[in-house]
Amino acid sequence: MTKLNELTLSAARDALRAGETTSKELTEACLTAIDAAGALNAFVHHTPEVALERAVAADARLAKGDAPAMCGLPIGIKDLFCTKGVPSQAGSRILEGFLPEYESTVSQNLADAGAVMLGKLNMDEFAMGSSNETSTYGNAVNPWRRGNDDAQLTPGGSSGGSAAAVAADLCLAATGTDTGGSIRQPAAFTGTVGIKPTYGRCSRWGIVAFASSLDQAGPMTKSVRDAAIMLEAMCGHDPKDSTSADLPVPNFEAALSGDINGKKIGIPKEYRMDGMPDEIETLWQDGIAMMKDAGAEIVDISLPHTKYALPAYYVIAPAEASSNLARYDGVRYGHRAKLDQGDGITEMYEKTRAEGFGDEVKRRVMIGTYVLSAGFYDAYYNRARRVRTLIKRDFEQVFAQGIDAILTPATPSAAFGLGEMTDADPVAMYLNDVFTVTVNLAGLPGIAVPAGLDKQGLPLGLQLIGQPWAEADLLCAAHVLEQAAGFVAKPAKWW
Amino acid sequence: MSIDESTAARVAKLARIKVEPDALPALAGEFNTILGFIEQLNEVNIEGVDPMTSVTPQVLKRRVDEVTDGNQQAKVLSNAPDAREGFFAVPKVVE
Repeated sequence: MTKLNELTLSAARDALRAGETTSKELTEACLTAIDAAGALNAFVHHTPEVALERAVAADARLAKGDAPAMCGLPIGIKDLFCTKGVPSQAGSRILEGFLPEYESTVSQNLADAGAVMLGKLNMDEFAMGSSNETSTYGNAVNPWRRGNDDAQLTPGGSSGGSAAAVAADLCLAATGTDTGGSIRQPAAFTGTVGIKPTYGRCSRWGIVAFASSLDQAGPMTKSVRDAAIMLEAMCGHDPKDSTSADLPVPNFEAALSGDINGKKIGIPKEYRMDGMPDEIETLWQDGIAMMKDAGAEIVDISLPHTKYALPAYYVIAPAEASSNLARYDGVRYGHRAKLDQGDGITEMYEKTRAEGFGDEVKRRVMIGTYVLSAGFYDAYYNRARRVRTLIKRDFEQVFAQGIDAILTPATPSAAFGLGEMTDADPVAMYLNDVFTVTVNLAGLPGIAVPAGLDKQGLPLGLQLIGQPWAEADLLCAAHVLEQAAGFVAKPAKWW
Repeated sequence: MSIDESTAARVAKLARIKVEPDALPALAGEFNTILGFIEQLNEVNIEGVDPMTSVTPQVLKRRVDEVTDGNQQAKVLSNAPDAREGFFAVPKVVE
């Protein structure tokens, strides 16, 4: 029999409503699994008291027949979300000891929908990384291994703790955030589902900011149906975020009709990269065949500026980060360096930031400072923003041709080993996001769906990209792909 | 465009991040790698293309100009590394 912590959101929801289990039992099963999974380093702040209190409240609501969408379902929250009275460090030393006096809109929406918070999840510092190796808490570890090889693998990043926790059944689902691929790449590395919605679908209020024009929250789940359920609970208009869209939120689960007959699926030729492993190409071809078998029309398309997405991203994201992270000055919250006799306020800033930020964050803040500085603003920042306009235009032209969704690989490889990229230059790590970053630059929804295993037994994912605000259609297509791929593998438990 | 150690030092200063002198050569090297990657953008014809200001076309909402929040001094100060008498405390700013 499936253990309670191994259930999907939808199965647990149905079991709760049928009176077959209670939120308290589900929550306790997850807390037990979390306690036994220290080796994964996924949960970094544990909140069992909050969890049990919410579980008991959820059981009372269920008993009264007054159960909202996620009533009683235990989930994990990425450390990037501010949670009232619970440590929220964005994986950084500079926010050590920070206890928010407020709750992020997304985590509040989830609480209002009855979800039970189990704790906070590991992540790359300030969401800057693709391997969860920049975290102040140390690496999160992928529950998947290469066959019998006991080398530790990355769960991806930046939402690495979220991905590891969902894949290892420590929680039923988790929140993630995605600035350049930080939901979709870890989902692909762990055989889970992750959706980044259209920019503006989820409120950014109370989520520690990295690059404000790119950041979006989304769910990381065990199935596409779960992604639909949880996304609907997370999104909605929020007056506290001026970029939050004032649009009705569709019933995403109801959109999973299983029917994509006649839909046009675009296959962009620019996503066929030199040196891409054969297995990724094969997976992509398999995915194309599955969509075709389901009645979709496959159309070859071109997104000519794809190649320039990563370089544009590595101007725009650091520029915005350098501005957003200026607030960490040792004055209002978090860490302040111990000062020497005679140190003034400038030394306080410089020492605090040198001690509080890790190397990757420092690197990006300084790159951002450089590209925004006098004399370089036009050459770098404005040029990158112009290229961004062209990248978005590529997608607009394709959608204007009647393309409903675009199918691509999610990542250029399977999960790599922790430490394997240590000696590589920073750009080599950035290439992880080559298939995902265009979607953030264009503000589009994108979803990673597990579609197969490589020859070492590691999961591989495919990505579907949708039209703006068309998450319902995107989830429907993803659901069809998921059913056709029939991915059911789970990591063998070693932790 | 190549970044030398003095430029790296100037950027660190602008970013208010203390970098020890012996770390500057490696830092300048990393900057050059990243900027070399970014240089690809020079291949793109951007003539007549406007810089993106908003990824989704939207008109910002307006509201009445009135106080909607406030009187939360204790909460505002609760996370300060050093707060005294209702203020944030910092080292001497003006000599």
